[in-house]
Amino acid sequence: MPHKPLTRAALLIYGIVTLIVLYVPIAAVTFASFSKARYLSFPIKRYTAQWYEKAFESSTVTGLITTSLKVAIIVMLVSVVVGFFGALAFARYRWRFRGVFQKFVLLPIFFPQTVLGLALLMWFNAIDVIPTWQTAIVAHLVWIAPIATLVIAIRAYSFDPALEEAARDMGASYWQILREITLPLLWPGVVSAGLFAFLLSWGNFPLSLFTTGADLTLPEWLYAKMVSGYSPLVPSVGSLTVLMSVLLVLVGLTFVWWSGRRRKAMLSQDS
Amino acid sequence: MERIEERQGLLSALPILVIMALIFLAPLLVVAAFAFMPPKVFDLAHLPNFDNFLVFFEQGYYTSLLWSLGMAFAATFILFLLCYPLAYGMAKVFGRFSLVITIAVVITLFVSENIRLFGWVLTLMKGGMLLGHLKAWTGLEVDGLLYNVPVIVLGLAYAYFPFMLFPLAQGISMVPDDVRQAASDLGASRWRILWEIDLPLAMPGIMVGSLLTFVLAAGAMAETKLLGGQAVIVMADEIETAFTYGQNWPLGSALALILILIIGALAVFALSRIDLDGIMGRRR
Repeated sequence: MPHKPLTRAALLIYGIVTLIVLYVPIAAVTFASFSKARYLSFPIKRYTAQWYEKAFESSTVTGLITTSLKVAIIVMLVSVVVGFFGALAFARYRWRFRGVFQKFVLLPIFFPQTVLGLALLMWFNAIDVIPTWQTAIVAHLVWIAPIATLVIAIRAYSFDPALEEAARDMGASYWQILREITLPLLWPGVVSAGLFAFLLSWGNFPLSLFTTGADLTLPEWLYAKMVSGYSPLVPSVGSLTVLMSVLLVLVGLTFVWWSGRRRKAMLSQDS
Repeated sequence: MERIEERQGLLSALPILVIMALIFLAPLLVVAAFAFMPPKVFDLAHLPNFDNFLVFFEQGYYTSLLWSLGMAFAATFILFLLCYPLAYGMAKVFGRFSLVITIAVVITLFVSENIRLFGWVLTLMKGGMLLGHLKAWTGLEVDGLLYNVPVIVLGLAYAYFPFMLFPLAQGISMVPDDVRQAASDLGASRWRILWEIDLPLAMPGIMVGSLLTFVLAAGAMAETKLLGGQAVIVMADEIETAFTYGQNWPLGSALALILILIIGALAVFALSRIDLDGIMGRRR
């Protein structure tokens, strides 16, 4: 149905305003990170980059970054592998319990993360596991592995089963089909899922809160400093994590765009 | 062919099923078991009773539950109204610009919730980005806008914005254009199309979005702590206090179990009525 230009314009303006509002708090943190004053007040009178230098010099901050990176990388790898197979069961294969499976896999996403974290803390206690950053990986997986599955499943829906069947008819084994056909076709979904998993783990706070024991992740440290014992490093460290997320998203997008172009080029060569 | 897919489906599902059984179902069962233990014990070797649930009613914990659910409901309702026009634009009007919106919104999702809420504190506090500049430019002095219930609800709406927007946009994109065109040709007004075509046909997306925002907001804690100060205490906060300062795991578990049961019932109810294949991709 054609839309009146006025409707279009109004919706566009509304969209742009919404985006601006979404970024207001992030802008506030970024501005604050360049303020020279130890205690923040706006308008900012003198600008400085000293808090960034201090953040890089601080061994606490580099330690936190290392911990968060380790957690996020392992969460990403595990989520992508189980999510890949999960997505095939979710969207590709027709099997008897598919409907139940779909709903069961999505269920954890609907649970409050704090509660999931607490439940895991009690579970670790019941089976005599001492919480460290490794247990935080497990906690992140509860919420993030289903999301990775979902992201890859979206891709798997647009998958033509005839391709796999043709390969099977020509005598390809299960693993051959997986490597030569399924994986390349789902690859963009796998990459986005990996990106999602990494970034959601990198920024996650509620799941880490009860499950890291004596270790701290970056968001946990930021929260602790916001609630009590404010440190002027909070805005700069916060801005750094934002920057890292934005950069990774851009890298991911470039990759998806590039692989799309390559596929198009290959298709036009074939025909 | 059918038999192969039967087996492959089960085998592919196995890894995530095993993981979820170990780190999702088992912990929830432990919570359920602890909820019936006598107060302040740290293991399950005791006779079960209902003491913790009595405490829930006697010591007024239900007010926290009502705050959590009430604010979650308000946030969901506000978000639906705010997101609908944008989701409609993304699904039907914007074309390529909706990709820009999607990416911009997804990026905010990857910024730790803490940092974004802290940004709101910096924006809204006395002498913050908003009021500080207001004072510098106009001389008007306003006390901080933080630490009240409306700001918590707005914080919730802000934090869970993407969880409403994307399902809504997906739902609205499922409304076929020719049906809307036909209704319009037959003389239906804009409102009538909205009420009798758009909303009912986009219902799966509306349900998923509303459910996600409601349950996430009902279990949220950072918003009330950072934006709300001590204005109200929500359920997740009570649960945390029972576990940390209170050192009362059975009470915390009972409170968590109550929240889990409410949320779980809603989630299972909604998920059971939704055709996931239909929402996520067309089956050939």
